[in-house]
Amino acid sequence: MRDARGDVTRPIGARLWLSGAWLALLVLAALCAPLIAPKDPLMQDLFLGRMPPFWVTGAEPGYLLGTDSLGRDVLSRILYGARLALIVALVAGSLTCFIGATLGLIAGYYRGWPDRIISRFVDIWMAFPPVLFAILLIAVMGPGLVSIIIAIVVIDWTRFARVIRAEAMSQGAMDYVASAQVAGRTRFGTMLTEILPNVLPTIVALLTLEMGIAVIIEAILSFVNLSISTDSPTWGGMIAEGRTSVHQAWWVLVFPLITLFLTVLSFSQLGEGLKDRFDPVLR
Amino acid sequence: MTVFRNILIRLLTTAVTLFGVAVIVFVVIRVVPGNPIAMMLPPGATDADIARLQAQYGFDKSIFQQFMIWLSGVMQGDFGTSISTRQPVAGLVLSRLPATLELSIVALTIAMLLGGALALAGTRFRETKAEAAVDITSGMALSIPDFLWGLVLILLFGVLWPVFHISGRISPALNIDFSTNFYLFESILRLRFDVIADLVGHMFMPALALAIPLAAIIAQLLKQSLKETMHLDYVTLARTKGYGENHVITREALPNAVLPTLTLVGVQFTFLIGGTVIIERLFSYEGLGNMAIDAVINRDLPLIQGIVILFAFLFTIVNLVVDMLYVLLNPKLRHA
Repeated sequence: MRDARGDVTRPIGARLWLSGAWLALLVLAALCAPLIAPKDPLMQDLFLGRMPPFWVTGAEPGYLLGTDSLGRDVLSRILYGARLALIVALVAGSLTCFIGATLGLIAGYYRGWPDRIISRFVDIWMAFPPVLFAILLIAVMGPGLVSIIIAIVVIDWTRFARVIRAEAMSQGAMDYVASAQVAGRTRFGTMLTEILPNVLPTIVALLTLEMGIAVIIEAILSFVNLSISTDSPTWGGMIAEGRTSVHQAWWVLVFPLITLFLTVLSFSQLGEGLKDRFDPVLR
Repeated sequence: MTVFRNILIRLLTTAVTLFGVAVIVFVVIRVVPGNPIAMMLPPGATDADIARLQAQYGFDKSIFQQFMIWLSGVMQGDFGTSISTRQPVAGLVLSRLPATLELSIVALTIAMLLGGALALAGTRFRETKAEAAVDITSGMALSIPDFLWGLVLILLFGVLWPVFHISGRISPALNIDFSTNFYLFESILRLRFDVIADLVGHMFMPALALAIPLAAIIAQLLKQSLKETMHLDYVTLARTKGYGENHVITREALPNAVLPTLTLVGVQFTFLIGGTVIIERLFSYEGLGNMAIDAVINRDLPLIQGIVILFAFLFTIVNLVVDMLYVLLNPKLRHA
């Protein structure tokens, strides 16, 4: 994608800082959720169901962003929901990146039969509808954090494998790689010291992008009620509830949606920005 | 002749891919803990009842034997019997396929129109604020997936300004007898404008949600491709002949710029079809994807298998068609 945008000059600084700031805020919120959350995210109060946010008349003091149909505090649930979202983003994103990039590097640099086997698997994977595959995997493994992470790694490793394979292939054909080999470096050593550093900007950009995608997949899985246990607060679960009561209580859908929207946008903008920073050509 | 040989090789790899998909789905869903058969019997059913029903669905055999039985059935067009509805899978799946196809095709059309318009506008007003606006819009549209766009649209056009239906495919009050399940295409052919309006009112939001990310990709790729073409000699020649900017862009540059975009749109279209699964769920649209999620929740193994294979088949067909279109439209390859 880099060459597709090469001649467009854009201010990357502002985007990078804004998205970084939002994500930092989110990390802070997740870490300090028990300290800053005004209410217990699981506490139900059926007398306080569907209370609007504070600026709407009829709001209940103490419930800043209103309550859902069971009287649970929307703000506290968003803060606690950030925990699961960020854990999934970090762990699932990194694991997907590690497995996919490793396979892509091997396929692109070694070519031959490793490439044929890996590429054949990528082709088969590309024929699966990813969301359905994830739902199927969760149904098989049972809901839970570990299942979500495994499902994300299993459906998304191809994203890294495809891109890194192509990059490693074009890097492998360059003169500097040949000269490293002439200098007596082993194949494996060349891959690690010559190819890897040059595909690293792409890996970093894809990794941040993947973190946003992982958050979305988790939200989709909670939306179809297949994430972790139903009573822990998740953004997707909140959105699912908000979707059914959207005409009676828009705030139950709007606030988790805005949070999710900004988070996914920040991850992808951060990825774009970091890629430009790391890119030796643009630097 | 090379064209035919390439198509033959592509068909063979397609078959291998579909076989791989079938094997993986088969193995994955048979690791399911819990007994789908026991769940469909009333409480108080004896072990003998369970065993009898298991034998009827073939679950008492080894995975390998089950796969061979299933495969030989598929070769004859028999995809087994759904556990939850007790109807043949092939019929169930084919009755829902038209809904998903219509949704995907409408979404693709919206994406091409929207993306094409943005790319042309960005090229026409290049190096101005308008181009920067196109870049920022498409950059943002690209980073947000269809699921979130769907929710945003529900809030905009379902709640804030309720002009479209937020769930279903057609209003039950209409009560029309369709002879096919392609409701939209059929009512267009029958010129039933009231039905078309109702169908579009239901389809607009899910289709737009699916279209936005693809439109952004088309806008970026086509604009870049147009930009490169605008520097070529024949475009300069057209300018010196006195043609205006609009003519130069749409008549001279566009036909050559479309080709590189086309192949990428093919792959992206398969992503769009994959996206229908959750979008149909979000809008309670009665298509294949919605049926698939129900099948997973009901542990309806034969139905899940049938739907996943059909999706995989659709994906490979789309890729095949795009490759053929590319050969057809590219004069350099036509005579190769």
